Amino acid sequence: MAEAVLFWIFSTILVGSAIAVIMARNPVHSVLFLILAFVCAAGLFLIMGAEFLAMILVVVYVGAVAVLFLFVVMMLDVDFARMKQGFVEYLPQGLLIAFVVGAELVYVVSGWSASPKAAAAATPSGTLSNTAALGQVLYTRYFYFFQAAGMILLTAMIGAIVITLQHKAGVKRQDIGAQVGRTREAAVELRKVPSRVGL
Amino acid sequence: MDLSSYLILAAIVFTIGVAGIILNHKNIIIILMSVELILLAVNLNLVAFSTFKGDLTGQAFALFILTVAAAEAAIGLAILVAYYRNRGSIAVEDINSLKG
Repeated sequence: MAEAVLFWIFSTILVGSAIAVIMARNPVHSVLFLILAFVCAAGLFLIMGAEFLAMILVVVYVGAVAVLFLFVVMMLDVDFARMKQGFVEYLPQGLLIAFVVGAELVYVVSGWSASPKAAAAATPSGTLSNTAALGQVLYTRYFYFFQAAGMILLTAMIGAIVITLQHKAGVKRQDIGAQVGRTREAAVELRKVPSRVGL
Repeated sequence: MDLSSYLILAAIVFTIGVAGIILNHKNIIIILMSVELILLAVNLNLVAFSTFKGDLTGQAFALFILTVAAAEAAIGLAILVAYYRNRGSIAVEDINSLKG
């Protein structure tokens, strides 16, 4: 009973905040509603018993991705009123396509059935917590996928740094090659200075 | 709650994300947020099937989707920042330099 009540609360807030994400006039409000949507989805994950994914959703999405969005929205000084133009004239097309996609999805949901030849469940037996069970699946059966996920994150990190890094002209930087390549002949000049004359 | 209520909820969120891409076709930041909503709907589907069918594979793949979504957001926003620095605008209709 409590589970159903929580499901309805979380799903109502999730749908409402998802609509607010795409409708809000101010993109900062959109990001904040996106955070609310992610928190509600984390609550739904908790109801379903996927505690590890719920915590990861809060940490990764609310803590990193949404804050990254907020950072970029506030850093870029963009005329968002101009971007809101065309919202109303595209409303019929948008609603039509959304209706078609939604109708197809609901049709699929109401008509699917599992194949009798479905593969055996990859769930470790015993009374493990969700996190331990997920780890046992992740580090054995899907180990190469796990490594690939790590490589994707590394690539994304290096890519983001390379894209946004900029070298300003006129900034003095340490050139280690030039430092090491200096010789005594190039750096030191000996002169004979006559007495009471100077150079 | 049964499986189909979670699936219908995920379908609704997915539809809202698709509608968001079309309605906010001029604002690339909202488009990226709509893509995040779509990925969230996919994750909801995977976790719902994983729970109600008793197979942890769905949760493992939801974790991979989370990874890819985080990488996508980071790269997309980095491209956005670099583009804004070069052109002074991120309006989608201005991004037509490659048009013949």
